[in-house]
Amino acid sequence: MTMLAALGARTLDLFRSFGHAAFFFFDLLRAVPASLRRFGLVVVQIHAIGNRSLIIILASGLAVGFVLALQMYYALVTYGAAESLGLIVNLALVRELGPVVTGLLFAGRAGTSLTAEIGLMKAGEQLAAMEMMAIDPKERVLAPRFLAGMVSMPILAILFSAIGILGAYVVAVLLIGVDQGNFWSIMQSRVDVWRDVGNGIVKSAVFGVICSFVALYQGHETDATPEGVAYATTRTVVMSSLAILGMDFILTALMFSTP
Amino acid sequence: MGKKGIETLVGLFVLLGIVGLVFLALKAANLASFGGGDSYPLVAKFDNIGGLKVRAPVRSAGVTVGRVASITLDAKTYQGVVRLELDRGVQFPKDSSARILTAGLLGDQYVGLEPGADEKNLASGDTITQTQSAVVLESLISQFLFNKAADAGTSAAPAGAKK
Repeated sequence: MTMLAALGARTLDLFRSFGHAAFFFFDLLRAVPASLRRFGLVVVQIHAIGNRSLIIILASGLAVGFVLALQMYYALVTYGAAESLGLIVNLALVRELGPVVTGLLFAGRAGTSLTAEIGLMKAGEQLAAMEMMAIDPKERVLAPRFLAGMVSMPILAILFSAIGILGAYVVAVLLIGVDQGNFWSIMQSRVDVWRDVGNGIVKSAVFGVICSFVALYQGHETDATPEGVAYATTRTVVMSSLAILGMDFILTALMFSTP
Repeated sequence: MGKKGIETLVGLFVLLGIVGLVFLALKAANLASFGGGDSYPLVAKFDNIGGLKVRAPVRSAGVTVGRVASITLDAKTYQGVVRLELDRGVQFPKDSSARILTAGLLGDQYVGLEPGADEKNLASGDTITQTQSAVVLESLISQFLFNKAADAGTSAAPAGAKK
């Protein structure tokens, strides 16, 4: 009987937390227009979230492009199809790796800092102090960060894919000696702007929303203790990563259901 | 760092993103091969378009000269109406013919244009009258099997009559 009650309590807790998160999400969305009026705050956050993530995103993109080109070359050269290397690297980056790896890195690089910042603000009762002064912390603190994450993430994903393709170009054309004309022309004939590049950007925008929302929610709901903030930061990475991977599967199934 | 400095950096960040997007669209995807203004439409009707898809290339002598813009069904004749967008610089005679071909054995299908000998050229919006449908493997096989069966039938009947 007690086990049954425990099961019921856990289920109710789960749904309660879902509802809580949903209400938080809609509050956040409602606060976004107000934060647009103070665009300076958003700009500062784009700098903190976007600009400062640039180095790690570019470095990872280049590395992924390098190894992808190298491994694909080994596999393709046995079929005499080394020229298709550019196409495969391009599709893999633009459709999947660009948005997903950028999302995972973004959760680690920017999400954690957001959670820690908001969590410490809450622990230091700064958010409560703002409310006392009749300033809505959602409009003033959370919404600009949310918006900045939403703007930065697609830009970062685009740059990840672009630098990855350039990395593949360096390895395939400059180092291995794949024909340069074929490398680009096969890519251009088979990669579609709207279907491949466009859907990749849509994906990255969705991941940006997920990452920023999870980070802000975890920070906002943290226990106001050092352990609480540490726990919330960990949960941000775990939950956003899982959400990105799960969402990626759903989006891929929706977007690329036909070959 | 001052407010101005941060704004400049963010501007640079956004600009970098736009440059990356332009690179992806023009250099690493097919936007560049889509001439928007410098093309003219042609229409070709096929009995069967096979696996032809929108944006498939239109080739003449193997050179890509345009793209398939749209594919619809003519409700009266039940033919596939394929709209082609051809480069403005390439003109074809009025009696040119269009065929649906396959690149390689299993490759993508494309529209092949065979130039005719007419002195007048096809104008914008004209219809190509001579067309040849896509080769559908199933119908080829069924035709082959049907012929086989017919042969067997005719050779079996006299044998039965002799008996």
